[in-house]
Amino acid sequence: MSGHSTPSTTDEFLKGLWRENPVFVQVLGMCPTLAVTNTARNALAMGLATLFVLVSSNLVVSALRRFIPKEVRIATFILVIATFVTVVDYVIQAISLDLHKALGAFIALIVVNCVILGRAEAFASKNGIRASVADGLGMGLGFAFALMCLGVVREILGSGTLFGFPVLPGRFQEWVMMILPSGGFFTLAGWLLLFNWRRQRNAVREEAS
Amino acid sequence: MSAGQLPVAAPSGTWPMFRAMVGVGLACGLIIVSAYLGTKPRIEHNRAEALAAAIYDVLPGAVSSATFRWQESGGFAPLRVEAAGEARVYAGYDTDGRLVGVAIEAAGMGYQDVIHVLWGYSVTEEAVVGLKVLESRETPGLGDRIEHDPAFLENFRRLDVSLTDDGQALRHDVAAVKHGTKSNPWEIDSITGATISSKAIGSLLGASASAWAPRIRSGHESLEVKP
Repeated sequence: MSGHSTPSTTDEFLKGLWRENPVFVQVLGMCPTLAVTNTARNALAMGLATLFVLVSSNLVVSALRRFIPKEVRIATFILVIATFVTVVDYVIQAISLDLHKALGAFIALIVVNCVILGRAEAFASKNGIRASVADGLGMGLGFAFALMCLGVVREILGSGTLFGFPVLPGRFQEWVMMILPSGGFFTLAGWLLLFNWRRQRNAVREEAS
Repeated sequence: MSAGQLPVAAPSGTWPMFRAMVGVGLACGLIIVSAYLGTKPRIEHNRAEALAAAIYDVLPGAVSSATFRWQESGGFAPLRVEAAGEARVYAGYDTDGRLVGVAIEAAGMGYQDVIHVLWGYSVTEEAVVGLKVLESRETPGLGDRIEHDPAFLENFRRLDVSLTDDGQALRHDVAAVKHGTKSNPWEIDSITGATISSKAIGSLLGASASAWAPRIRSGHESLEVKP
């Protein structure tokens, strides 16, 4: 298209990490974001599982985009996504049953994570393999980063530990609320406040300059 | 197309749609089966480890265990080679090699999916002495409290599953009752907000105890000595 520069693969990768972060900017995938971030370990595992599904489904959807008629595209995308979620489910069970138990139903619920179907429909079905993989990697890492931001804060304040290791002095009274669902909302609100404040401050600075 | 109409993409034919759905379906099936076969040995190993640990959790005082199968002719026989589908129990022994109790696997439909548990049975007390949820997909934050809610698990420290005098049936049906209304030792105090999951545990435990307690009473001599 004339007068419109095509974003580079690096741009596609970087946008999901920060500028279009799926959690802090697009506010998508809230269900696992709030539910499984009570510990850093759970947050990391869910982040990596989603990253794998996102990259794999973007890769397959992009590779098959000319083969899939538009009438059956959503059904086909869901089939592809559900396949990779099933693979992830088996892999997590093979790594650790405790981790599988901790993540519980949320592994299967990756299928309906709107970040994944959203990227397949909005990006991978319209772009080449390289750009789609970069997009999946960026969005997946951005999602994992956001989950970690919540998981680290909630575990430290709620349990006084980080990845199970004590990090706060013994006299610290844990804020049990932080590992309960309400703690997820409070922590997410705090991070969204920080992100929005930074974005607004940067916008004001850019305007001034 | 007449003037003024927007261009509309031609609809796809039946064959391309059929080809895409069937082709992708077949490929997905292949990936899932490969992943299943590739991870199966490791998952089974993890499950066996978790089960071994759970046996000692549900049988307080046990330090070793042995697997037995129920023989149709009556009595238990040691199970040395694992065979799929074989009805089995795990006998737990103390440091002196005395039978502490029997751990039994049970499963039943919960709110979301099948709940798998391991429960401990005291032969002398004819009571449930421990319960551990091995697998469940109950609603996070609600139904999944059956796994770790201390007050709920307290129900299974000594839940009466005693048999009638003829040893053929439970004297009382195991039943989950509304939270705070438990008045008998064979009742389970439900979790508020997880009533269906609590009832599912009561129901699967009752069914499993009805099936196994009579067998254990009639054939417990064969379990007394560690093979």
